[in-house]
Parts: sequence; C-alpha cells; structure tokens
Amino acid sequence: MSNATSAGDYRATKSYLHHEPHSIRAWLLTTDHKRIAWLFIASITFFFVIGGLAATLIRLELITPVGDLLTAEGYNRTFSLHGIVMVWFFLVPAIPATLGNFLLPIMIGARDLAFPRLNLLSWYVYILGALFTVFAVVAGGVDTGWTFYTPLSSMFANGNVVAAIIGVFVVGFSSILTGINFIATVHTMRAPGLTWFRLPLFVWAIYATALIMVLATPVLAITLLMVALERLFQIGIFNPALGGDPLLFQHLFWFYSHPAVYIMILPGMGVVSEIITCFARKRIFGYRFMAYSLLAIAFIGFLVWGHHMFVSGQTTYASLAFGLLSFLVAIPSAVKVFNWTATLYKGRIHFDGAMLYALGFVALFTIGGLTGLFLASVALDVQVHDTYFVVAHFHYIMVGGMVMAYLGGLHFWWPKISGRLFSEFWAKVSAITIFVGFNLTFFPQFIMGYLGMPRRYHTYTPEFTSYHVISSLGALLLAAGYLLPLLNLGWSMFWGKRSGSNPWHATGLEWQAHSPPPPLNFESVPEVTEPPYNYDARDPFDGSRPQ
Amino acid sequence: MNELQQAVEQSPFAASELASDVDLLFYAMLTVCGFVALGVTVAMLDFCIRYRSGKQVDRTLRLRNLRLPEYIWIGVPLLIFLGFFVWGATLFMRYQQLPPEDALRIHGVGKQWMWKFYHPGGQREINELHIPVDRPVVVVLSSEDVIHSFFVPAFRVKQDAVPGRYTRTAFTASEPGTYRLFCAEFCGLKHSKMRGQVEVMSAQHYAEWLDTREQSPTLAAAGEALFRTKGCSGCHAVDSAVHAPDLRGIYGRIVHLRDGRSLRADVAYLRDSILLPEKDVVAGYQPIMPSFADQLTEEELLKILAFLQDFDERDAP
Repeated sequence: MSNATSAGDYRATKSYLHHEPHSIRAWLLTTDHKRIAWLFIASITFFFVIGGLAATLIRLELITPVGDLLTAEGYNRTFSLHGIVMVWFFLVPAIPATLGNFLLPIMIGARDLAFPRLNLLSWYVYILGALFTVFAVVAGGVDTGWTFYTPLSSMFANGNVVAAIIGVFVVGFSSILTGINFIATVHTMRAPGLTWFRLPLFVWAIYATALIMVLATPVLAITLLMVALERLFQIGIFNPALGGDPLLFQHLFWFYSHPAVYIMILPGMGVVSEIITCFARKRIFGYRFMAYSLLAIAFIGFLVWGHHMFVSGQTTYASLAFGLLSFLVAIPSAVKVFNWTATLYKGRIHFDGAMLYALGFVALFTIGGLTGLFLASVALDVQVHDTYFVVAHFHYIMVGGMVMAYLGGLHFWWPKISGRLFSEFWAKVSAITIFVGFNLTFFPQFIMGYLGMPRRYHTYTPEFTSYHVISSLGALLLAAGYLLPLLNLGWSMFWGKRSGSNPWHATGLEWQAHSPPPPLNFESVPEVTEPPYNYDARDPFDGSRPQ
Repeated sequence: MNELQQAVEQSPFAASELASDVDLLFYAMLTVCGFVALGVTVAMLDFCIRYRSGKQVDRTLRLRNLRLPEYIWIGVPLLIFLGFFVWGATLFMRYQQLPPEDALRIHGVGKQWMWKFYHPGGQREINELHIPVDRPVVVVLSSEDVIHSFFVPAFRVKQDAVPGRYTRTAFTASEPGTYRLFCAEFCGLKHSKMRGQVEVMSAQHYAEWLDTREQSPTLAAAGEALFRTKGCSGCHAVDSAVHAPDLRGIYGRIVHLRDGRSLRADVAYLRDSILLPEKDVVAGYQPIMPSFADQLTEEELLKILAFLQDFDERDAP
C-alpha cells in the first residue's frame, strides 16, 4: 500500500476503498489506517450484535420474577458474556479504533498513523483474542460476571475462566498498541501550523484516551494473570484460604476498570464537540477549558477506583477520600456539558440526524453524570451499590452516552468514510427511537435500584415486576432503533447519493481531503492557519444542504 | 409465599433510624440534580428553538469576558458538590460509629447460597433474622467461601461478607415488620436465591421467640467447649508444659510481637492467629503453633472467638 502518489495525479488517484489491490488478502494485510478502521468497524459491529443478543435474552428473562426462559446457570453466563463482550470487545475499541483510526491522521494532516504495521497488528491481536474469548465463553461457559471477582473466579467458578481471562489479557495488548500509536502520531505528525491548541477536540479526546489505555491496561493484564495463576497453580494471591486478600483483586481490577470507563466516554465527548460546532455553525465555547477538562478527567479518573468498594470492608477514611475525589472528577464533566450548551447559544442550529444523536448524548450523559454523584456520596452508595441504580447509571454513560456518540460520529463522518449520503429521514428516526427506547429501558432501573433490587439476579421478588416489564419493553424499542442505522448506512454504501468531500460545510482538515480519501489522504501536506471550528468566518450552509 | 409478600408490602420502606436521614440526603440531591438536568435541558431546547437555522435573530455575541462563565460553572458546582460530600460523609461516619455496649451482637455467615445467623444465646436461623425493634444491632459478618453482601434495603444498610476477615454493620430497626434481606454481591449459581427476610419484633416478642427456639449453649459456652476439644487449652492453659501465651483477657489488649510491631488483639488478629499462626508471633514465644485452617469451620471459629472475647482472669478452663 505504499504507492507513491505525486501531487499531479491526485485527482486521478482512486479512493482507499477502490484502490488496487482490493482482494480480501489485500484488505487483511493492509497498513492503511482507513482500511484498518473498516476491519475494526466490521469486528465491533459483530461483537455489538453478540452482546446485544445476550442483552435481549436477559431482558426477556426478567419480564417475570421467576426463571422461565433461562436456567440460573444460563442466565449467569448470559450476563457475563454481555458484560465481557460489550466492555472489552465493543466499548473500549468502539470509537478509538474505528473513527479514531480513520480520522486521527486525516485530522492532523498526516498520511497515516506513526506505526502503520503496528496498527494492523493491533487489529489481529484484538480479533484473535476476542474470538478466542467468545468461543471460550460460549463453549465452556463463564459465570463470574465481567468483573471476575475473587475468590469466586479464582477458586469457585466452573467453566473456562482461565481461557476467558487469557483472551481478555491478549485483547488488552491491542489497546496498548493502539494507544502508543495514537500518542506518537499526535506528538510527531501534526501538519505545519497545527499547534496543540488548534487541534480539534476529537484529537484531544483520542489523545487523552490513548494515555489512559497505555497507563491503565497493563494493570488489568497483571491482575488477570494473577487470577489465572491462582486458579491453575493454587498460588495464594487473592484467596484468603491460601493466604491471599480478595480485596487486593478489587483494588487492582478497578484501578484499570474505572479509568476504562473514561476510555469509553472521552472519545464520545470528542465526537460530540465536532458535531455540535458543525451543526450550530459556531466555535466551541471555551475551547481551552474543553481540552483541559479532557485531560483532567483522564488524570483524576485514576484516583477514584475505591468508590467501587465502599461496602467491601475498605477503611472508612479510604472511602471518604475516594468519595471526595469522585465528586471532583464530575467537575470537568460538568464543564463540558455547560460548554456544549453554551455553544448552541446564538448559533445557527441545524437538526440533521448526526446532530440529534449529539443532542441526545448531552441529555443522557447529563443524567448519567448526575446520578454518578449519588454513587460518589458514600452514605447513599451504601444503599444503591450493586443494585439496578448502578446498572442504570453506567448504561446512561456507556450506552446512552458512548453508543449515541459513536452512532452520531458514524453518521457525521459517513460521507467521508464511504463517500455516500444516507437517508436523513431515517437517521433522524433512528436517533429518536434510540433515545426514547433507551430512556424507557433504563430510567425505571434507577427507581427499582433505590428500592433495593440487586443486580445480577436471575429471579427476583414480585414487588419489582412492573419496573422490569417497562424496562424489557423499552429494550425491544431500543433493539429496533439499533437496527435502523445498520440498514440505513448499509443501504447508502451501495445506493446512496455521492456526497462530495464536504457535505456539511464543516471545518477541519478531514473535510479538505476527498471523500472517500485516497490512500495517502492528501495531495500535499496541508498547512493550518486558523483555530479549529472557525465557523463564524464561513457561509452558513442553508443553501446547499444535502436532502 | 403470598403471606410473606403481603407482609413485605405492608411494611414501611424506611424502617431504621438511619433510613430517613439517608432518604433526606437522597431527595435533597435528587432535587438539586433534577434542577440542574432540567436547567440544561430547558437551555438546550430554548437555544435550539431560538437559534434554529433560517430564523432571523440577533446572533452577535456580546459576552466580553468569555472566561467568566467558565469560572462560574466550575465554582458553583464545586461548592454544591463539597456541600453534598460533607453531608454524605457525616452520615457515613454515623454508620461507622462504634455500637453501644448493650447492642445486640449477631453473627452472620454467608455461604453459597444461604445466610446463617447466630444469636448470642446460641439460637441459629437460616435466611431469616429476628431482631427486636429500637435496639441497636450489630451484625458481624464472615463468609465460608466467596464474597457475599448483606443487604436490607429498608434499613439502608449493605455490607460485604468477605472470606478471611470480619466485617460489621450496625443499625437500629425503628418499625416492626417484615423486610427483605438480599445478597447483593454476585456469588455464583444461585445468587438470586440467596435472600430471606428480617423480622423486626417488639422486645417482648423477641424474647418469646428466643425461648421457642431449640435450646443450645450460648456461642461463648460452645466456644469454650471447642477450646478444649480442639486442643487449644492443651498449650494455652496456664499450667501447660508448652510455652504458649496465656489467653485470659486477651481480647482488646495491646500485643507486642517478635518483630517489634504492636497491635490490638481484635477479632481479626485472633482469627489470623488461629488460622495463620506464623503471621503475628507474640514476643517471647517460638512460632510452634500449627495452623487450624483445615480443622475449624467458620461456625466453630466464631464460637471460639466469642469465647475468647469473654475469656477473662476468673474463668480459666
């Protein structure tokens, strides 16, 4: 893929999609970041479907208080599969490995990532590890939940726990490789004139995410390895019967897994900043505060893990310190919400499908963030810890937030990725359906959580039935909503109108490249002379909007 | 089952001294956060409508100081958050207060997949817990296998039962009734079946209920018997030929160790000394005690510990 393209025949160059060779072999051995992004888009869609099917089974089972669809073992395996697949094989790579991979080099005016072959390796590590894990989980059954708490996972659970752990361990290296690649790229490959404070916020978000990936994932790897060692060789690390400490596992696990929550949400924040500025035709309000708040979240996010352990027997003062820090990490998130809202002020707002997704993100993220304060407050967390309140809270962030942002971003950059336009009507319908279905599914879970409904319950006491029924009905609507973009975008791939290189009249270097871009992205290295989101200087695009 | 469901549904949702305070904080936060969420939504909708494209409206920004709003929406939430933090922290400290001397001390043992409770008088029950109203109760928790979590929503208490250590939760039930007891930490196959109920009864009914139970020796008395049958007294008796520490009055004392550390002999220390005797060896003694990890069940262990807590100068075995 290293064909030299001289400036002269840029227009004649075929796009990365159609460029020779395009055999399956060429796609599987490509080092083009845009084709690798496609490998990831296809893979995470596959895993999203698997995780989604598991979620459907869970919601169907919970329509009635008794176990009628799945056995207790089947249910436990299903929610473990759902968690493992959604967290590690969908959410963590979702935006960084797809939109990040595709856009990061183009947004900074580069021809590829710093280490293109490492990028391909990252996909192979990911897909092999993830397929192995799913095979292990489906074939042998893992019923520990995605959290692998010891000593349940290390000494008591049956099934292929070690195989699943090894799979997740392997996939972790994909995160680390991608993170290193992104950090190196942002540091060394920015176009002339593209200073740090001219970077689009999406690049800042991906950069902050990459830092967390590189710093936190090794801790997860070590922790999982220790669980496997304890299980295989009876080495006492976490099991008290062997002289270990089960709380040590929780400390190590959450030291990764809480920052991992920010791996999942920061890229979404970046996407939404791009979409809102474009469709409000305005600069982002408080650019520097937005950039610094991303870094602040990434940093403070490393210091709050103990809020998962308020009722674990951790000392009172540790709990209070983690509680305070958890309140503080909400400040930069609040700053972001207020700045997005302020960006709309005196804008020229267009309600395209991508924009509806972004606005939906802000609303759902706000609810998810505010309910996080209840969990940071130690006395309240005692009541809602390990109940559906927590389930609702993190789904508001990860599904309401992250998946909305991912789909919004996919719609926004779809003309760049595919060169085609999708149906705006169906994009709007899908955004609204997902928003309504999501709230119907997860809002009742806050209420039943405060009333005491514990999570990970195969059967439950009858007083919670009505909440579960509403939640399950909402989930059906949500599932239907998720199918629409798949159909709409899939259809456009073949029959959509050609989009031209900048259908939204957006700023940003990626919109200067062709749609879809040629293998090396730009004709010549672009030069940057203005701050990002310079929409005030541009014509509003009312006249020439795609229909 | 139907009777139980009815009893649960007729009992109040807030049934401990702490519950109404927790609810007050919850509703206060709900109100403030609700206003913030509403404010953001209304502002967004308002801007979206007022500044929609195609609408003729004055769009010149007149804000001179673009940093001022940033400082406001960093500062104001910070103050509110700190306020809520202090409120919640104060309340949490009340959870952690040492229970009064006359508190009813109950041992709870989690085991896949049931709760076992031991009253001080030796009465035991499974998946049911009877307690008197208006009297402080301490539940000392341990686990025989994996981590479980003792959760009574109506009391607003939850505490993990962790294998290898003792944890504690304290509450004072304020309303007679029947309340759900859940295991809140995923503990394997039948996690969702690991539930039961707490019966809060008047002091008189509680006393009557205790009498109806099968008479068995008190925990401490059972522990004293075990102390002899398991061979502890062979070495730890005053006149023993083996050089081992005298355990009379051990509970709560400061112990000096061989390696120079000193610590208080609480249940965790006593438990470790029985199961992992080489961990904290007392100064002046050789590490010759064998581990009893394979010889004592969780239940026997807590009986021996109950005995050691009462074991003072007068009643040497």
